[in-house]
Amino acid sequence: MTVPAAVVIVIHSYLPMFGLFIAFKNVNYIDGIWGSPWVGFDNFSFLFNSGSLWRITRNTVLYSLAFMSINLVLSVALALAVNELRNRFLAKFYQTFILMPYFLSMVVISYLVYAFLNPTQGFMNATVLERFGIDPVFWYSEKEYWPFILILVNAWQGVGMGAVIYIAAMAGIDPEYYEAAVLDGASKWRQIFHITLPTIQPVVIIMTILSMGSIFTADFGLFYQVPLDSGALYPTTDVVDTYVYRSLLELNDIGMSSAAAFMQSVLGFVMVLATNAVVRKINREQALF
Amino acid sequence: MKTRSRHWSQISPISNALLHMGFVALSLLFVLPVVLVFMVSVSDGDAILKNGYSFFPETFSLVAYEALFKDYSTIVGGYAVSIGITIAGTILSVLLMALFAYPISRGDYPFRAFFTFFLFFTMLFNGGMVSRYMVYTQVLDLKDSYMALILPLLIVPFNVIIMRTFFQSTIHPSLIDSARIDGAGEIRIFFRIVLPLSLPVLATMALFSTIAYWNDWFNALLYIDSEDKYPLQYLMRRVINDVQYLRNNITVAAQNPELMSKLPDQSLQMAMAIVGMGPILIVYPFFQKYFVKGLTVGAIKG
Repeated sequence: MTVPAAVVIVIHSYLPMFGLFIAFKNVNYIDGIWGSPWVGFDNFSFLFNSGSLWRITRNTVLYSLAFMSINLVLSVALALAVNELRNRFLAKFYQTFILMPYFLSMVVISYLVYAFLNPTQGFMNATVLERFGIDPVFWYSEKEYWPFILILVNAWQGVGMGAVIYIAAMAGIDPEYYEAAVLDGASKWRQIFHITLPTIQPVVIIMTILSMGSIFTADFGLFYQVPLDSGALYPTTDVVDTYVYRSLLELNDIGMSSAAAFMQSVLGFVMVLATNAVVRKINREQALF
Repeated sequence: MKTRSRHWSQISPISNALLHMGFVALSLLFVLPVVLVFMVSVSDGDAILKNGYSFFPETFSLVAYEALFKDYSTIVGGYAVSIGITIAGTILSVLLMALFAYPISRGDYPFRAFFTFFLFFTMLFNGGMVSRYMVYTQVLDLKDSYMALILPLLIVPFNVIIMRTFFQSTIHPSLIDSARIDGAGEIRIFFRIVLPLSLPVLATMALFSTIAYWNDWFNALLYIDSEDKYPLQYLMRRVINDVQYLRNNITVAAQNPELMSKLPDQSLQMAMAIVGMGPILIVYPFFQKYFVKGLTVGAIKG
């Protein structure tokens, strides 16, 4: 039974692991992957000397940390709020709207963002800023706004799904805990801090460990498609994934892109192991493995 | 989901009203961008030029949609590719993931630990974009094939773990034992007993797969060269990055120069977005009731 899926996993996930050696080769299409000469760490030194490494790594890590913390806080808060709603029908109704962005593709989201930020007709420039008499902003060429825009877009898209996971965890809490707490005179806030949050903590920890593994990985669609691949924005929007993509397919620089991808995979792996080790130290039970 | 009677710990009516107001505001925040895009898509070109994008279009016009759907080769072709990939991918994906998740959910499966780790390890470590691209194009020769759109999204390790957790907690071992005593083989047990009992998780996974396939444009960006194989989302990407792309590709231009001359680029773009998100937004509320039941994230330890 396990064989068909195992074959797919081998093809899709394990074969590329062996392909990591490409980072140590000077791949050219004439000799093919196997025949190309070994170059040791040359690809890496190119990457280090290109000056891009610092920028793309800094951007990727800072965005990942911002996304993780902001989305965690917002989705737990949202889940707590949904959990307090008495009217189950309305709760479902709100959830439907809040979850909706999660089901839109990044291409569609880039259209939504464009509808607001389009320099001439966009809602921000043509309606909002004009009303306050502020000069139009050329959003797609001014890099300093993008950290905020991307964080906002990411939260807008992701908090609904995060909240659903925590709502599912909260649904499993035995009501008797709350009953006992109320008898002891615990306020709503105390119930949240002493019952609800501790109960969902394991789920929070699992989700956090898993996302630590992708701290060097960015949502390609968000960083490539939402800023419409605008070159002027690279200083604040270029991340490892967009850089790897551009060096691979637009610049055809296989060496550089495979070195960057290699660093990304290995660092991601190390991050999961490290996070898991830290969690294990604190509480063995809650570690992932 | 059972309704909880928590009258003894309920928040005050005032907090409750505030909470509802907050949620109404939040719902609007999530839905208004889509409304804006829709309004632009049905706006007249001159009004857009005069006032910019607005929630209240001065004049109503369906010319953008008319142009999109008069053209068979581009939009309808993209739709066909997307629908085909989505249906084939979803069926294959749910079946393969269930076939893998079920054995590793069974305590008496001898290779359980091995296969669980085999799956789990791919969540921790991967070869990265470049070597995957090389394997797909050089080793498997999937460049410009539909398979290159289906294969990458077939097995999602996290979803397999959700399924495994569901099987573990829902399918009681004694049920399997009694079926076996009645003479049913493993395959029969799986298709006749396990799957029918697992509809919530299967529906959730089918929804996830459908959305992943429908929304995928990245794999098309990497692997697809010929225009007749572009899925809808990739086509949309081309349109927003290059408005002229659609204009040049609309065959109706030659037959109907009058329509073409009053065709507003911007409402055309936004109509494209509406056309692209339409099916998903219509489908997903129907699946929502399965979510909370199907989505309990269990421990990953095997």
